[in-house]
Amino acid sequence: MNAFSWRRLWAVLAKEFIQMRRDRLTFAMMVGIPIVQLCLFGFAINTDPKHLPTAVVVAEADEHVRRLLSAMEESDYFRIIAAPASVEQGQALLSAGEVLFLVRVPPDFGRELVRGARPALLVEVDATDPVASGNAVAALSNLLDQSLATDLDGPLVGLAARPGPVELRIQRRYNPEGITQFNIVPGLMGVVLTMTLIMMTGLAIARERERGTMENLLAMPVRPLEIMVGKLVPYILVAYVQVTVILAVSRFVFDVPVIGSVLLLLGCVLVFVIANLSVGLLFSTLARNQMQAMQMTFFFFLPSILLSGFMFPFRGMPGWAQAIGELLPLTHFLRIVRGILLKAHGLADVWPNVWPLLLFTLVVIALGAKRFRRTLD
Amino acid sequence: MSVPVIAVQGLCKSFGSQRVVDGLDLTVERGRIYGFLGPNGSGKTTSIRMLCGLLTPDAGSGTCLGFDVLTESAAIKRRVGYMTQRFSWWEDLSIEENLRFAARMHDLREPRRVVDQTLERLGLSSRRRQLAGTLSGGWKQRLALAACLMHQPELLLLDEPTAGVDPKARRDFWSEIHALAREGLTVLVSTHYMDEAERCHRLAYIAYGKLLAEGTPAEILQTVGLSTWIIEAAPASAAAELKDRPGVEQVVPFGLRLHVSGADAETLAASVSAYAEHHGVVAARAESSLEDAFIALMRGRGSP
Repeated sequence: MNAFSWRRLWAVLAKEFIQMRRDRLTFAMMVGIPIVQLCLFGFAINTDPKHLPTAVVVAEADEHVRRLLSAMEESDYFRIIAAPASVEQGQALLSAGEVLFLVRVPPDFGRELVRGARPALLVEVDATDPVASGNAVAALSNLLDQSLATDLDGPLVGLAARPGPVELRIQRRYNPEGITQFNIVPGLMGVVLTMTLIMMTGLAIARERERGTMENLLAMPVRPLEIMVGKLVPYILVAYVQVTVILAVSRFVFDVPVIGSVLLLLGCVLVFVIANLSVGLLFSTLARNQMQAMQMTFFFFLPSILLSGFMFPFRGMPGWAQAIGELLPLTHFLRIVRGILLKAHGLADVWPNVWPLLLFTLVVIALGAKRFRRTLD
Repeated sequence: MSVPVIAVQGLCKSFGSQRVVDGLDLTVERGRIYGFLGPNGSGKTTSIRMLCGLLTPDAGSGTCLGFDVLTESAAIKRRVGYMTQRFSWWEDLSIEENLRFAARMHDLREPRRVVDQTLERLGLSSRRRQLAGTLSGGWKQRLALAACLMHQPELLLLDEPTAGVDPKARRDFWSEIHALAREGLTVLVSTHYMDEAERCHRLAYIAYGKLLAEGTPAEILQTVGLSTWIIEAAPASAAAELKDRPGVEQVVPFGLRLHVSGADAETLAASVSAYAEHHGVVAARAESSLEDAFIALMRGRGSP
């Protein structure tokens, strides 16, 4: 072997750079991924979520209540978006995930406060995701003491002493012990399905193209629909095996409550699976080889996992990030799974998250079918 | 003769700005073996794909097996066997599984029986469970041919079927093609091998997407009108010296022999005789080969 040659090293380097430049998609990924990651981690993701949607049911609005509510908003943790007339309406918002907190101010709150009778402030928390609400709850009791301290002035100053002017009753709904696994493990079902299904279908057709068997398939008297359905059905079965395993492990290993209808869940899984398969199919019509199909899957998977509310609280993200999240099937599926398993949601409750999945599927299939032509041109 | 199996006029196909097939007219009679020749990238594969309904022509019209090539590709696909240039059966399926898949794709009545018969004829019954990917080049080619014959097509389209196959397997392959043609199957086969071209009933020569010559091998030789001389035991300098003499268009060495051809027979004869006399070598007139004729055709067209 002869000595190390800088000329040969240069030849190899030059060849690598030329090939890198030719593979547009890989090049885009190399530049795109860091930018996307910077945007997502830098701007969208917040582990101390603020401006969480809150509903208040106020029986009697007086100056004390108003001061309390404005102090909550000023704390940055709460954003009061609804003032339902009844507790039932408020609880419906909580169940639907529209709000994370339901603050109930009882009648006579102001008067009892002034009397020093320690009125109760009832706060119902959607504790499905303990991370989302944890800091806000912690901030709440501090905030109560401070905001009302100015009210309890002058002759009333004695009342401001410990143990606090208001009795704060926190009620953690759906996951009273705040167990993180209850949130993550059902969510994992959606993540696993997204990852495997998009990748598998993406590869399935790209592989035929890469190996040249696609030409043979297309030369046979087979309809595109037959190819598409035939290629997708096996993965639906794979998906159900995965769902069964995850559900069993959730229930028996992690003790995740399954209080809703499993049948409804399995039905929703089908909708979600088809949504993902259609994405995989679209990718496979765009990808020229298996490598590209993998890259596209990854490009879709990254925002799915970060912006769907799987890893980081959805409501803690800025508006634009939530808007992108709403476009992703995983976001809606997570709400469905958590809703059914932890909140005993029925069909009517999950419907607001089912139709976006159906719409998504329809749009993606239309795009995919347009690309998936029977002829090679 | 009844209605031709293939009758297309003015087929065109472009990919981007490049016109790959440019006004192709083709008529192929039933039971014939029709050779499709031309340099690499001349549009042979694209033409074949248009004929079997894989590609839609940009312009032109015509029928394949009596069905419109533009609108009835589904009907054409059911009656055509297409063997792709590259082995395109599933290498991770066994021989039997590949055949069974093809049988089902074509909706055959008794797929099991047809598959068994095909395996029997191929002599692969004992290896039916072997993965197709582990077969040698020659066996892959036989499997591919058998698979596209199972539905008893009326037309067989073969795209360079013998590329990379040994001479014995090529000869067997052609024997089978001739046997099939005798039974009434029409075959359109593209090839680069001149010995294969000579085995065809008729030939079409295309280059740069255009049809340059069409006819039986003898007709093509006649149209090109090339005369050829062979110089025995030519000195090493002969090729260089002869190339620029009047009437000489091609000088091709075959071992120690030199084939010298040109369209103008008289001028060529004068040039070659003069050279032979001067150097004291033997020169004799010979039959032009198809290869000489095709190279002459290509030179005549020049580069695109």
